[in-house]
This record gives sequence, C-alpha cells and structure tokens, in this order.
Amino acid sequence: MRYLILIAAVLAAGIGLSSPYQLQLLTFVGINTLLAVGLNMLMGYAGQISLGHAAFYGLGAYTTGVLTVHYQWSPWSALAAAIVLTVICAFLIALPLLSLSGFYLGMGTLGFGMIGFVVFRQWSSLTGGDSGLVGIPALEIGPLSFSSPRSYFFLVWAFAVLSIFLCERLIDSRIGRALRAIHDSERAASSMGIDTGRLKVHIFVLSALLAAVGGFLYAHLVSFISPSSFDFLVSVRMVTMVVIGGMASIWGALLGATLMTILPETLTVFHEYEMIVYGLIMIVIMILLPQGLFRGVLDIYEHARKKPGRTSAGSRG
Amino acid sequence: MQELLQYLFSGITNGAVYAVIALGFSMLYSSTGLINFAHGEFVMVGALSLISLWKGLKIPLPAAFAVSVAVTAAAGLLLERLALRNVRKPHPIVLVIITVGASILIRGIAMLVWGKDSHSSPSYSSHPPIDIAGATLLPQSLWIIALTLLLVLGLHVFYKRFLTGRAMLATAINKKAAAVVGIRTDTMVLLAFAMSAGMGGIGGALIAPLSMSSFDMGMILGLKGFCAAMIGGLSSSWGAVFGGLLLGILEAMGVGFLSSGLKDASAFVLLLLILYFRPTGLFGKAVVQRF
Repeated sequence: MRYLILIAAVLAAGIGLSSPYQLQLLTFVGINTLLAVGLNMLMGYAGQISLGHAAFYGLGAYTTGVLTVHYQWSPWSALAAAIVLTVICAFLIALPLLSLSGFYLGMGTLGFGMIGFVVFRQWSSLTGGDSGLVGIPALEIGPLSFSSPRSYFFLVWAFAVLSIFLCERLIDSRIGRALRAIHDSERAASSMGIDTGRLKVHIFVLSALLAAVGGFLYAHLVSFISPSSFDFLVSVRMVTMVVIGGMASIWGALLGATLMTILPETLTVFHEYEMIVYGLIMIVIMILLPQGLFRGVLDIYEHARKKPGRTSAGSRG
Repeated sequence: MQELLQYLFSGITNGAVYAVIALGFSMLYSSTGLINFAHGEFVMVGALSLISLWKGLKIPLPAAFAVSVAVTAAAGLLLERLALRNVRKPHPIVLVIITVGASILIRGIAMLVWGKDSHSSPSYSSHPPIDIAGATLLPQSLWIIALTLLLVLGLHVFYKRFLTGRAMLATAINKKAAAVVGIRTDTMVLLAFAMSAGMGGIGGALIAPLSMSSFDMGMILGLKGFCAAMIGGLSSSWGAVFGGLLLGILEAMGVGFLSSGLKDASAFVLLLLILYFRPTGLFGKAVVQRF
C-alpha cells in the first residue's frame, strides 16, 4: 500500500514537474533517501551510530569519478568497483571496532570519516584535492541516456525504491528479527544464540554499500565533486536525517531525508538567519518528537483518534 | 635539533589549548554522560568575544577574558536549561542531535554578530618572541601554558576542597545516590554544563591570539578536543590534559616532519590507534576518575 503511494508520488512528480531545479532537488531527496535508509538500518535496528558515513558516500563518488575520468572506465563497471572497495573498507573498519561494546564504533567511524575527508583533499593527484574532480560523464544504459533531469530523477528513485523494498524485506526476515532483538537487548539476543558481532558488521557493511551507491549516483548527477561535499557536517546531516525521521523506521528515513533535503532550500528566504532557524527547528523537533517525525506524527494521530470516544475499542495497533 | 625544539614548543602550545577543550568534554561526560557536539562552538564564542571586548571595545584584558568566559558559560547554561532539560525521552542520540542543532544555531548567531570575516587578536603581552637554543618561543605560549596549569590546579582544588566540587563529583559517580544524600543533582548538572562551556570559552580566549578566528572555527577545534579527550580517556580529567598535550605535540611533529596537509588527520589517526589498542583511553577507567 505504502509502495503504491510512493511510486505514484514519484511518477506524478517526475511527469508533472518541469522545472529542472525542482526535479534536481527531488533527485537529491532520492539520493539522500538511499543514504538515510542504509544508515537507519545501522542506527535504528543494529543500534550503532556512524559519525563518518560521508566517507563511504565520498568513496562511492570518488571511486567512480576517478575511474571514469582518469581511466576511462564505463560508469557501471566503476559502480561495481566502488561497491567492492566500500565493502572492503567497511569490513576493515567494522571488524575490530564492533568487538567492543558501547559507543566505540561511533568514535571509530568519526575518525575514519575525518581521515577519509583528509585523504580526499590531500590525494590531489587522484582526486583533484580541493579543486575537485570535473568531467564525470553522464550515465547511460545502451541507447538510453540519463543526462536529462527527468530521466536521472527516475533512475535515482528506481534505486531508492528498490533499496526501501530490500531493507523492508530484510527487516521482515530472520535477520531483521535478530536485529530487533539486538536492538532491544544485545545480551539477551546473544544468549539466544544470535551472533551479534557478525550481524552488526554485516549491517554496517550494508549501510556503507548503500551510501556508496548514493555517492555514485551523486557523482554522475553533478559531474563535479569536491571534498567539501563529504565532510563531517555531511555525516552529521545523515545521522540527523535518520533521527528526525524516526529510527527503526525505513519510511521514517524517507521522511527524514525528504525533510532535511528540502528544508534548507525553503529556509533561504531567511537569508542570514537561515542557520539559526535550521538549528532551532532541529532542536524543537527533537524536544517535541524525540521518537522521530514518523513515529511522532503517528502517535499524535492515534492519540487524537482515541480521545473523542473514551472507550478505545480494540487494540491501539 | 632546533627544529625539534620548535615543533615541541608549538606542539605544547596547541596541546595546552586542546587540553582545555578536552577537559570541557571530559568533565561534561563524567557529570552527565553526554557528549556535547556544540562544545567547539563555545570555544569559538570565547575567542570572538575576547576579540570584540578587548580589541573592539578596548576593555582591559583581564575583564574582557572574564566576561568572555562568563558569556560562554551562560550559553552553556541556556543550552541545558532550554533545550536539554525539556526533552521528553532523553535517549542519548536524541540529546546528541539536540547539541548538533545547538551548534548550528550558535554558529548562525555568531555569523550574524561577527560576520563571515576572520578576526585577529593581539597577544596578551607585547613582549617580543623569546629565543631558546635557536627555537622561537612566543610569549603567548607561556601565557597559555601558565593559564592552563592554573585552570587544572584550580579544578583540582575545587574538587578536593570545596563542597560543591565534591557534590559534583558525587553526582557524576552516581546520580541517584547523590540525590539520596541531599545533593541537588539538577543544579549540579547545570553547573557542569556551565563549567564545561566556560572551559570551552577559556580555550577559545587562549587560542585567539595564535591564529585568525572566525565563526566557523569551532568545528575542527571541537573535534580535535574530543579526540584528545578520547585518547586520554573520557572519564579522566588528567587523561584529557595529557591527551591534549600528546595530540598537540604529535600533530606538530607530524606537520614538521611529514606533511602539513596531514595536520588535521593526525588527531583522528591517534584516535583510531587508541580505539584499537586501548579503547578506554590511556588513563580511562570504568569508574569515573578525577583529579
């Protein structure tokens, strides 16, 4: 049911809108949805935090950028390479850290995120350093070229909807139940025989993979990438998308991605007050709806529905 | 040899500032279990306030310093009272996101007040640089080291000799138990925030003469201070100081002997090394440890 609404909305927007700006904005929403959905799996279900996910996002973007620009690879081969590279890096990062408990993974991801950012900046022979990497080609499948805003919009949202579907299937599976068990109580889950360490590593790698795919799509959308798009603030923004949307909620991730992408654009009317308003909104949302917007709005709806009739027939659902 | 000495001097100078910033993180974490992502912005506010008051309004340095720190402490107080106190479900990640929002908010206000330009500050004393065995030592470095030592000693005395200090320590060790014996834990948390922010402000006021200050300087300083605190062990104050100094020195060595581009990376490489080999930090322990 929700899928129908989403696909209908995507189709309506893709066909109905004609302004390149609006189409591109919604394309960014799609890319951010990929990022948020992956991170939500890690944060909401596996209960870990990643403060450096922009590094995977950047890894995806720079891998495809470097391979297509410097070595003339085809973009789709570059995508495969980006995925492989990201998976390897994510394994290397997660394996030693996830054996520890507590927030150490979060700290480790912070370190890696920053180091990744420095590498993007310093390895200028490969990445162009601060000046960035230009000339990233557009995507095409056979005769279909995805260079127009509308076609790219549909391409990105195809990926986004697919990722939402895959993650929902995952949540509904044995793995998903194991994840939710870990989230509720890692020790209890472990004593039931769930290999918590291994599962957390796998989900971390999955979230990194989705971020890398997002980076790939981003690079070919804007054809020019620079390190400043992958700094610590971007990592923080990704985390914020997940938390504001609602953790342990894939659709919440979609909501959070949408809000956090579109909100800064609407705030430009405030000119120099933009940052103040943005920060205030974040604070207020977290104070009033700490469970995230998705769950929060649903709670309000359910609460309002119960009120008129004092007797609530049946369960809250 | 004189190069090494030079790097050592600049390393200890920067290290002392990192130590002060790290102390702020560490103290707040010990008292509340919270990591304040807006801490770097407090450093920025301290630096820019000092410049405005001292260079701009020509207020004498000691007063300007005190007011800058007070302003920053007040900001911390406001953050706790208005934002963090009112959260319905204080899940750690929610509080962290609030501090992220607060950091953006503070940066936005700073951008309005001080603009996007960089501002410079004169050194605390107009004494010329000192030559020691071929290496130059800035008088500002001596100021920084002296004031940091004073701060550390002051905190030590506060926690050991003053009832409020011991009450804060008690709240940090076990909030419920402290409440049971009659300590006002809410006030202690508020005080912890104010002190932590104030320390950020001190760090900012100290670093202002060293390099240009601007509204966006807080992020990287906050991150480095945080790494220093992790390296030393989040629950240990001495660890924060040591971590800061260690970070400053190693960073200076890295810049000097390897490459200046890697300057920012050294903090995080160190962080990762610590996490791999000794996650609780060099001095950290499971129990809250203080001066």
